[in-house]
Amino acid sequence: MFEYAPAPESRDIVDIRPSYGLFINGEWVEPQGEERHKTVNPATEEVLAEVAWAGEADVDRAVQAAAKAFPAWSGMPGAERAKYLFRIARIIQERARELAVLETLDNGKPIRESRDVDLPLVAAHFFYYAGWADKLAYAGFGENPRPLGVAGQVIPWNFPLLMLAWKIAPALACGNTVVLKPAETTPLTALAFAEICRQADLPPGVVNIVTGAGETGAALVAHPGVDKVAFTGSTEVGRHIARSLAGTRKKLTLELGGKAANIVFEDAPIDQAVEGVVNGIFFNQGHVCCAGSRLLVQESVAADLLEALKRRLGTLRLGDPLDKNTDIGAINSAEQLAKIRELSEAGEAEGAERWSPSCPIPDRGYWFPPTLFTGVAQSHRIAREEIFGPVLSVLTFRTPAEAVEKANNTPYGLSAGVWTEKGSLMLWAASRLRAGVVWSNTFNRFDPASPFGGFKESGYGREGGRHGLEAYLAV
Amino acid sequence: MSEQAARLAVRKTYKLFVGGAFPRSESGRSYAVTSSKGDFLANAARASRKDARDAVSAARKAFSGWSGATAYNRGQILYRIAEMLEGRRAQFAAEVVDADGVSAKKAGELVDAAVDRLVWYAGWSDKIGAVLGSANPVAGPYFNLSSPEPTGVVAVVAPPMGPLLGLVSVIAPVIVTGNTCVVVASERAPLPAITLAEVLATSDLPGGVVNILTGSAAEIAPWLAGHMDVNGIDLTGADPELAVTCEELAAENLKRVLRPPAGRVDWLADPGIERMSAFLETKTVWHPIGV
Repeated sequence: MFEYAPAPESRDIVDIRPSYGLFINGEWVEPQGEERHKTVNPATEEVLAEVAWAGEADVDRAVQAAAKAFPAWSGMPGAERAKYLFRIARIIQERARELAVLETLDNGKPIRESRDVDLPLVAAHFFYYAGWADKLAYAGFGENPRPLGVAGQVIPWNFPLLMLAWKIAPALACGNTVVLKPAETTPLTALAFAEICRQADLPPGVVNIVTGAGETGAALVAHPGVDKVAFTGSTEVGRHIARSLAGTRKKLTLELGGKAANIVFEDAPIDQAVEGVVNGIFFNQGHVCCAGSRLLVQESVAADLLEALKRRLGTLRLGDPLDKNTDIGAINSAEQLAKIRELSEAGEAEGAERWSPSCPIPDRGYWFPPTLFTGVAQSHRIAREEIFGPVLSVLTFRTPAEAVEKANNTPYGLSAGVWTEKGSLMLWAASRLRAGVVWSNTFNRFDPASPFGGFKESGYGREGGRHGLEAYLAV
Repeated sequence: MSEQAARLAVRKTYKLFVGGAFPRSESGRSYAVTSSKGDFLANAARASRKDARDAVSAARKAFSGWSGATAYNRGQILYRIAEMLEGRRAQFAAEVVDADGVSAKKAGELVDAAVDRLVWYAGWSDKIGAVLGSANPVAGPYFNLSSPEPTGVVAVVAPPMGPLLGLVSVIAPVIVTGNTCVVVASERAPLPAITLAEVLATSDLPGGVVNILTGSAAEIAPWLAGHMDVNGIDLTGADPELAVTCEELAAENLKRVLRPPAGRVDWLADPGIERMSAFLETKTVWHPIGV
């Protein structure tokens, strides 16, 4: 393995305030309650800032601001709404490096990913939906599709700014106004986005950002002034939201958990497949709902593939997320680290064999080494439950039918991977996999033009593409 | 021989339709169905939880074959259902008169509309993918294609009004795209539903694609809404209270829920494609392009 000198990205580019209020009606306002929480850098446990915890009264204020802004925003010609979104996209590009560093500081993901994946996709998403704002009549939802009103949006901590873009861009393009709650451990880029809305002269109340934890999200979802709820997060919370909206006319879209199978057939190019498997589960420390967390490898090539995979894992660099050579950053929170540890211990206890490359772990912060389990049975918790960490469960199969059956043997259905050189086999498998996204001979690709979302308990509705508009239109 | 005895009609026993067969309710229960004027028409089976579970099993078993059939084949079979229905026009018209108390002329029009609705949906089988799918121009060397796929097993609470046209209008959009279903027929007027089952049974529709239960919607629908092997539920025929109960139960495995319409539905109006898209999933396939 090569020796690398440290190559840290400078954090001087970001200016973090010691304390943040709520962004309501285009202004920074103080919450009514006293409660504030610290957000930390998971790589160092250093406190980055204090943020407000919005209560019901604050949420109500934000929803009212959004409702007040709705008539003018939805009544504005689409071409004008589009120009605001184009402006936002441009400002994101201009401030991309700053936002990437901020994201890495608050989330723990490697700067290589925040800089090369998250931020380009964030800007692209706004660009993409900006273009739809004046073309909705051609989107296949009728001649004059109407927005829904106020969208209450709750997003997770794994891709904080990207999930914000996935939620806000289509909502605004369709003429809705929004109240968005970022995750409690990663609020900073959403708060930076509030500043971007001001720089873009977005009319007050069109975007409102309320920080807080689960109770804030619950208050937002339950608010009678909210016409549309969009949630990305765990299946457990998604279930709860779906139940709570019964009997209302609120429209709901959910993007929830996953336990994706990455299927490697015997004719797959091994080196490419290894790269794909690594990208599938170790991208963003495995904090990815569509992560390829179950490797299904054909028995005849299992030994070769595992050997190559272990060799590759030995070259992954874990450490300072701001270092440009880092492959695996910090686990986002102590809570998540505890969950990953608990499930990994269950894997061992249930009889699977655990393996990690030798990998020095920093003294401070939350870290988990890249880990794989062999000898995994379908009944094991590590084959059934979403770990949301850098942990891969390896299972084998003999026939394509067995591969598909095992891949589909989960209540989830977000994504799947297929590795084969044989086109007919790839299409055969893709057509039988009950998953919303099938990556063949690639994995974890995202694009604003491409619909993303799950089957079964991975949720409903799509984000991205023409399909993504439906969630924000009265159709 | 003084007088010729009047011939006594042979009545039909109305049973359930599950897995292509016509069983009685395993519970042995039935209930009296009356005409709109209150006259006794027949005893219909009163389905139980066990019947609902059997129907879900049958629907699940049929899903792989039906969703895997070609769209052309599914379209042909829906058209065949229309043909069979047309052939029994008089029988259905008479049942609609009994059920709804409408004139014979009006009943005939409703049967005609039901036939036409089936023909309309039959044609959608191999077109909906072109309308709802897309080739996505992603920013990279990838082939990227999105296509609609059926959600799976769908429970359908049929509307209490419109015992034939309403029923056909909720079943056809669910099955034409490859879903299989368990239908709770109109509790008030279930007889046309079972007669429709006779049409379905003779239309080359594989057993289990459509399963029809009669009885109490308030009793059966919650079992289906909470069933972990049901993927979606159409609550069109549920009253507000039942709809809330079912939507809450449906959250347990995140079923796709089609809520009851806000107002009264005009089943004669253009149905649009929403009833199909409500039970379709979008699958997106990526593949690199390169030499």
